[in-house]
Amino acid sequence: MSTVTDTQRKAPAGERVADWADGRLGIYGLAKTNMRKIFPDHWSFMLGEICLYTFIIIILTGVYLTLFFHPSMNEVVYDGPYVPLQGIHMSEAYASTVNISLEVRGGLLIRQIHHWAALVFLAGMLVHMMRVFFTGAFRKPREINWLFGFLLLVLGMFTGFTGYSLPDDLLSGTGVRFMEGVMLSIPIVGSYLSMFLYGGEFPGGDFVSRFYSVHVLLLPGIMLGLLVGHLILVFYHKHTQFAGPGKTNKNVVGMPLLPVYMAKAGGFFFLVFGVIAAMAAIASINPIWEIGPYRPDQVSTGAQPDWYMGFSEGLVRIMPGWEINAWGHTLVLGVFIPIVVFPLVLVGIGVYPFIESWITGDKREHHILDRPRNAPTRTGLGVAWITLYLILLVGGGNDLWATHFDLSINAITWFVRIGMFVGPVIAFIVAKRWCLGLQRRDREKVLHGRESGVIKRLPHGEFIEVHEPLKPQQLHTLTAHEQYQPLEIGPEVDENGVARKVSRLTRVRAKLSKGYYGEHNQIEKPTAEEYKEITSGHGHH
Amino acid sequence: MSSQENSEENLPSEQDPAHGAVEPADDPFADPGLPAHKPRIQDIDERAAKRSERVVAFLFTLSMLATIGFIASYVIFPVDKIIFVFPFGHVSALNFSLGLTLGVALFTIGAGAVHWARTLMSDVEMPAERHPIEAPAEVKAQVLADFAAGAAESGFGRRKLIRTTMFGAMAMVPLAGVMLLRDLGPLPEKKLRKTLWARGKVLINMNTNQPLRPEDVSVGSLTFAMPQGLQESDEDFQTQIAKAALMIVRIQPENIKDKKEREWAHDGIVAFSKICTHVGCPISLYEQQTHHVLCPCHQSTFDLSDGARVIFGPAGHPLPQLRIGVNGEGNLEALGDFAEPVGPAFWERG
Repeated sequence: MSTVTDTQRKAPAGERVADWADGRLGIYGLAKTNMRKIFPDHWSFMLGEICLYTFIIIILTGVYLTLFFHPSMNEVVYDGPYVPLQGIHMSEAYASTVNISLEVRGGLLIRQIHHWAALVFLAGMLVHMMRVFFTGAFRKPREINWLFGFLLLVLGMFTGFTGYSLPDDLLSGTGVRFMEGVMLSIPIVGSYLSMFLYGGEFPGGDFVSRFYSVHVLLLPGIMLGLLVGHLILVFYHKHTQFAGPGKTNKNVVGMPLLPVYMAKAGGFFFLVFGVIAAMAAIASINPIWEIGPYRPDQVSTGAQPDWYMGFSEGLVRIMPGWEINAWGHTLVLGVFIPIVVFPLVLVGIGVYPFIESWITGDKREHHILDRPRNAPTRTGLGVAWITLYLILLVGGGNDLWATHFDLSINAITWFVRIGMFVGPVIAFIVAKRWCLGLQRRDREKVLHGRESGVIKRLPHGEFIEVHEPLKPQQLHTLTAHEQYQPLEIGPEVDENGVARKVSRLTRVRAKLSKGYYGEHNQIEKPTAEEYKEITSGHGHH
Repeated sequence: MSSQENSEENLPSEQDPAHGAVEPADDPFADPGLPAHKPRIQDIDERAAKRSERVVAFLFTLSMLATIGFIASYVIFPVDKIIFVFPFGHVSALNFSLGLTLGVALFTIGAGAVHWARTLMSDVEMPAERHPIEAPAEVKAQVLADFAAGAAESGFGRRKLIRTTMFGAMAMVPLAGVMLLRDLGPLPEKKLRKTLWARGKVLINMNTNQPLRPEDVSVGSLTFAMPQGLQESDEDFQTQIAKAALMIVRIQPENIKDKKEREWAHDGIVAFSKICTHVGCPISLYEQQTHHVLCPCHQSTFDLSDGARVIFGPAGHPLPQLRIGVNGEGNLEALGDFAEPVGPAFWERG
């Protein structure tokens, strides 16, 4: 301590630790820009947080489960305490899952937390994605982050699938068999892929250990990388915000990371974890000891995947059994078409930001969110997609619908077959008209004020409802959104009467653009002149 | 692309102004700027702030108690104790108490932190500037120049032979990784076409493990059978039963509509593959009046009295039939393997 003179104060312990770290990591530089970083507040921003926290919960509980789970298909005869299974042949994977559930103290709880958290994680991602979609938060500069999030959703679905296949119970084995049928349907290479995945004929003795490394290592590893990238980009871009007084495209208004956001977000992790723990205590899911070990010649009714895979299941269930046999080969369209449509539907969502920015031709940064009503075509597309998803989900659970609502399974299947084409169209039209109606109402509100509920009788006897003019804050919020003009191709001939060359792509773009921003696809927002004309002179009514 | 030339035309005439102050003063829709901060009760009344403090401390204390409860539950309750809890029914006492105490222990930490943040930490909103993400023009120019210098020094553009062969090598080398996956499994060969069934193999009843006799099969019943010699303890039992599982019903011979089916049957006893031709689920739902069977996975429905043809659902072709007869001892036996592959269809099926 020779360098420190007696008069110098000794820095507090925390500061000395920070000094030590700064000399090696440069933390003061990082903290300078980030410690008081501003986060805007909106309830919907917590949807992404739920995903982050459930992902952490899944990893924590997953590590615990690996301590007890044996990813092996070696056959054992059960001799544990659960009487109904005693003496039954089963795989070690199934036996160890029964052991975790019935003999390891707290094992059942952790298994249930793991499964519940996975369900909430996927639901959270889907709803978070809807939030980003309907508010236009995916626009420049956030398209890459949309893709990261999209990949996380897709990988999450497959991590879920490999996860619930691991216990090797009767239900999960049925899913794995489904996977074999799907792979066999792939033209030319199908039977080879199937042999390679299962190490021979189905089910063989390998798939549990292979799915295990995919489920605990490969997919979560990629997801962790994507997640970190996703969060770095959120930090780098800063949050979006809704239009409002003081909020512009060039600032971000909210509260600082330290202390408010740290306390709220940190606390929210515990809220999510606490709720999921309580769910796991109360609501039992996947009681594999009741379902029994997998046997390829046995099946339980009500066999269906978790809900996030339900729409692909729906596609498979409603597809007519088309097969083309020619030149000694079989093209299994009845299975192959659904499994091609499944990723196509997903990819359609993944590339949407690029489609929209091509139609708008907009190359500027966007940090102010759209209210869904102010982008009616986008909102309509989103609602159409959700409708398609829900209808296919009905198809995926058609047996449950049949037994719970006493309906004919054939009738449900036909409903879904037709509904998957008609439903989204109707949903699109309804949602779009609804948005336009809301836009009209906003316009009305800006120009004529808010309905006050006060009825006034005029001297000549007429009753009118008094409309209160809006405050400047509200006026600004309701008129802050941008309105695009549709792309015009211009005249067919130029000034010399020579036919102009317009590429087909440009024509398509102009058509789409009209569908987004054409005459009947958005309501013109009120102008300052209109407002002044109405508010001056006649008085409002 | 044409999108470039048109990209500016259809944008709004003006972008949002950076600050409200830039707007003309007489615009009724101008941004009035951030609203003034409204103090909360805790900001002005120290007693209210103290109350909030006590609530937060209470929640944190509750969490500590719940964790103690969690540890106590772990010690107290045996793992197999089942209790009745309204309205959840019979539940594991250990799972229920561990889950709820853990839930409370975690939730109250969160609730305390959020309540602290909402009532006692500052709720003054403040703006932070955003900066464009694109680099300034001079930075871009510098980077491009640096890159051009680096590229020129490498000779990458000049030495075309090196470049071309390098691209070729890079494109080829991942094939090594693909090749290494080859030993994941054997080649399909004829494996998917053959099952354990062969001429003379006796049908063993899956329930009784005894040979099946024609008189055991009554009209309207559904029986499952496996080939003689297959044991549940066999190493490849799962793989064999996945193809060989058999479904046996008896139909009055005059009610069998398909001629080949009648010929391959024995006195109205027909044997069909139990494995659905859609994606391979075992079929288990049989309606004795109509002789329809339904796969519970995807609801493919087959008519067993008409060559097991598909009458509903996503399956693409009928269930394969096994030709059966009776041997000298009066037991049902197979007269060969299935004539076509069982289970889901595949490219080489033909």
